[in-house]
Amino acid sequence: MFAEAQTAQKHSCYHCGDSCNSDTIKHEEKVFCCDGCKMVYEIINDKGLCDYYDIEKNPGLSQKIKVREGKFAFLEDETVKNKLIHFSQGTQNHVIFYLPQMHCSSCVWLLEHLNKINGGIIKSQVNFLKKEVTVVFESNKVSLKTIAEILTSVGYEPHISLNNISTKSIKKYNKAKIYKIGIAGFCFGNIMMLSFPEYFSFGYLEDEHLKRFFSFLNLFLALPVFFYSASDFFISSYKSLKQKFLNIDAPIALAVVITFSRSVFEILTDTGAGYLDSMSGIVFFMLVGRYFQDLTYETLSFERDYKSYFPLGVSVIQEDLSEKQIPVSKLKVGDRIKIHHGEIIPADCILFLGKASIDYSFVTGESLPTEKTIGEIVYAGGKQTEGAIELEVIKEVSQSYLTQLWNNDVFKEDVEEKKTSFIHGLSKYFTYVLFTIAIITGIYWKINNPSNVLNSITAILIVACPCALLLSATFTNGNILRYLGRSKFYAKNANAVERIADADTIVFDKTGTITYQQEAKLIYQGDLLTETEQSYIRSLASQSNHPLSKAIVTSLQTFKPLKITDYTEIKGKGISGKINGVGIKLGSANYLGTFANQEQNDGSLVYVSINEQIKGCFIIKNKYRSGLTSLIPRLQKTHAVYIVSGDNENDKENLQHIFGRETTMLFNQKPEDKLQFIRSLQSQNKKVIMLGDGLNDAGALKQSDVGIAITDDMNNFSPACDAILNGSNFNKLTEIIQYCKDDKKVIIGSFIISIIYNIVGLYFAVQGDLSPVIAAILMPISSISIVLFTSISAWAFSLKLKNQKTDKSHV
Amino acid sequence: MGAIFIMIGASLLMAIGFLIAFIWSVKNGQYEDDYTPSVRMLFDSNSKAKQSTENKTTNNN
Repeated sequence: MFAEAQTAQKHSCYHCGDSCNSDTIKHEEKVFCCDGCKMVYEIINDKGLCDYYDIEKNPGLSQKIKVREGKFAFLEDETVKNKLIHFSQGTQNHVIFYLPQMHCSSCVWLLEHLNKINGGIIKSQVNFLKKEVTVVFESNKVSLKTIAEILTSVGYEPHISLNNISTKSIKKYNKAKIYKIGIAGFCFGNIMMLSFPEYFSFGYLEDEHLKRFFSFLNLFLALPVFFYSASDFFISSYKSLKQKFLNIDAPIALAVVITFSRSVFEILTDTGAGYLDSMSGIVFFMLVGRYFQDLTYETLSFERDYKSYFPLGVSVIQEDLSEKQIPVSKLKVGDRIKIHHGEIIPADCILFLGKASIDYSFVTGESLPTEKTIGEIVYAGGKQTEGAIELEVIKEVSQSYLTQLWNNDVFKEDVEEKKTSFIHGLSKYFTYVLFTIAIITGIYWKINNPSNVLNSITAILIVACPCALLLSATFTNGNILRYLGRSKFYAKNANAVERIADADTIVFDKTGTITYQQEAKLIYQGDLLTETEQSYIRSLASQSNHPLSKAIVTSLQTFKPLKITDYTEIKGKGISGKINGVGIKLGSANYLGTFANQEQNDGSLVYVSINEQIKGCFIIKNKYRSGLTSLIPRLQKTHAVYIVSGDNENDKENLQHIFGRETTMLFNQKPEDKLQFIRSLQSQNKKVIMLGDGLNDAGALKQSDVGIAITDDMNNFSPACDAILNGSNFNKLTEIIQYCKDDKKVIIGSFIISIIYNIVGLYFAVQGDLSPVIAAILMPISSISIVLFTSISAWAFSLKLKNQKTDKSHV
Repeated sequence: MGAIFIMIGASLLMAIGFLIAFIWSVKNGQYEDDYTPSVRMLFDSNSKAKQSTENKTTNNN
C-alpha cells in the first residue's frame, strides 16, 4: 500500500520495459521483471526470433499476471472449431484470432513469423488496425488449441468471446463501391479527353468521320457509367419513391437520366455532341463523396452486445471431480462450474463453495464488489475478484437476468430509419424550385419559339443538378468525422453527428463514465511509517468527515482507532490531535509549515507530521475525470443535464458540488430503469444524448437519440452505441457538440456557393444556349470549389477542438 | 488523319488494360488492409535470424 521512493538504480525489464525492483531476474546479462517475461524471452530466443527486440524497444507485454493452464481446452470441441475456422481446404485451415494486445511493429513481425515456432503453421498474416491475425495451419500437424497456447506463450493471449461463434464473423468487404468509382473515373477521364476536339473547335469539326467517331466512343464509354456506376442512385430513389418520400437521390437520378437521354438522342441523330462528360464527371464526384463519407472505422465495433463481453470457455466440474473446459453455450441447468480469479460469470448461478466477491461495476454500475454467501444467487456478468469459487448453474446463458435486457423492444427497432437528414428536406425545396423554373421557361419558349422548349428544359435539368448539395454534404460529413476521430471521438456515421447537434438533453451514467474505471488511488511518499504511527494517523483521520480523510481511513482500515485528545480541525487546512502524548498533524503543506511538492498536481496532497516532524505525504488521485468540474457548468448553459447511476447514493454530495443542487440525480437504477428514464424524457419531446460505459447502460444507449460510450482502453468491450469517446478527451465534450453543430453551417455555406454556380449555368440554360463546353467547365469548377470550401471550413472549425487539452493523467 | 483513329484506339486499349489491373487488384484484397503493409515493408528479411541459426549450427558442430 505504501510505495517507497526509489533512490536505488532503476532497471527496466528487457522484455516489457516495466521497472524491476531489487529482486531482478537475470539471464544472459539481460534483466527481467518477472519469471513470465523471462520465459517469453527464452521461447523467442530459442526459435531465433530475437529481431523482435530489435525492431522496437521493450516490445513485450508484462507477464506478471499468469494465464491459467488449460484455459483453451474448450477449443477442442468440434462445434466450437467449426465456427471459428472460417475456411478450410483439405487439411489446411484458416482461423482468425483477435489479439487486443497488439500495439507496435514488433508485434506484427513476431506474429507473422509464427511458422518458426511451430512447423504446423504454414503462414500468419496480421491486420494491425483490426488487431487480428489470420493463421493458416495444417490441422493434422497442429491443433487450434495449440495455436492459442502458442500465442499466449509469447504474450499475445487471444480474446475469444461468445460473439465469435454466434455470428458470422467475416464481413464482406464492400468492393462494389470501389469498382464503381474506378469505372466511373476511368470513363470520365477518357470521355473528357475525347471531348477536347469538341471544346476547342467550338462545335465545328472539319472532318465528319472524326466527329462521329469521337461521339460514338463517348457513348460507348458512357454506358458502363450510366448502367453500373450510377445504379446506386437509381435504386435508392426508386426505393424512396415507393414509400412516397422524396430523398436526395431522386432529383439526382432524374438529372442523370435526362442528361444521358438527351446526349444519346443528340449523338444518334447527329444534332450535337451531348453532355456525357458532365454526366460521367458528376457521377464520379458523387460516388467519391459518398465513399469518403462512409469510410467509417472498421476496426471499431459499434454493434457489440453481451456476447462480445462473455468468455467462450468455462470450467465444468464433472462427476469424478475433474475439470473440463466446455463452451459457455453448452452450459446446462444444474452444471457445476468453477470460476477463477478475474473470470466473468457467464450465467445466473447459486454459490456453492468459496469466497465470492463479485465486481459488477460494468454490469450494474455498483462501484464496490458485492460479497455473496453460500446459497445466494450470483447473477451473470460479474467478475470474481477473490480466489476460485464453485457455482451451480440455474439459468442458461441466454436466459440470464442480464441478457433479458436484450429482449427489450428497443434492440429490435432501427433508430436509423426514423431520423432523416435535414439534407433531404433541403433537396426537396430545391427540386420544387427547379421544376418551377423549368415550367416557366417551357411556357415562355412555347409562346415565343417552340423549337427551344425541349432544349431549354432539358438544359435546365442538366445544369442545375442538386448533385452539389450531395457533394457538400458528403465531403463535409467525411471531413467532420475525420476531425472528430482525431479528437478520439469516433462517430458511427454522419447521421449520428447530426443528431448530436440537435440534442438538448444530456444524461450521464456515473461509474466509469464520469469517474475513472479504477477507484481512487492512494499513494504514500516519504519516510517509512511504523505500525504505531500508521494507527495514530488512522485514528486522527477517522475523526474528520472530509473525503480525503475518509480515503486515508479506508487505506489504513486494518489498524484499530485509538483515543484522541485535543482534536482540532481547521477547514481547508488540516486536522491535528494528540494520542498518548504524541502530536499528529494531517493537512496541506501550508498548514504543516512546509512547501508543496510541485510535481504532483493531479491529485490532492495530504502531508503528515508526527511531533512536528514531517514524515511524508499522501497523494490521493482524483476519482472524477479531470475537467469534469469545468465541463459541467459549460454544458449546463446549453443542455439539461441528468445523472442516472446504478451505484448507491454515497457520492451524492460530491456530485452536487459539481452539478449543482437542482440537477436530478437518480441512484440504484437497474438497466431497465435507465432505459425507462430516457423514454420518459423523450416523451416530453426532448432529444437525449446518453453517456455510458458498461453493459448496464446498453438499453439506455440504444433508446436515446444518441448513445455515446466512454472507454479508457479502445480495445476493451464497449456496448452498442452511436459513438465512442476515449476517456482522455472527455473534457472536450462541449467542443465536440459545438463542432457537430458547425457541420450544418458548413454544409449550408457550401450549398450557397453551389447555388451561385447554378445561377450562372441557368442563365445559359434558360436561353436554350447551353453548349457542352460551358457545362463541362462549370461542373468540375463547382465540384472542386465546393470540396475545397468544405475542407477548409471543416479544418477551421476544428481548431477549436484541438485547443482543448487532453487529459493525460490516467493513461 | 486516319492515323488518329488507330492512335486513339491504341491508347484506349492501354487504358482498359490498366482498368483491368485495378479491378483485379481490388478483387484480390489488396485494399482490405492498407495500414499493415506500411509496417511490414520496413522489416529486414530474416538477416539476423539467419545469422543466429547459422551460429548455432556452427557451434554445435
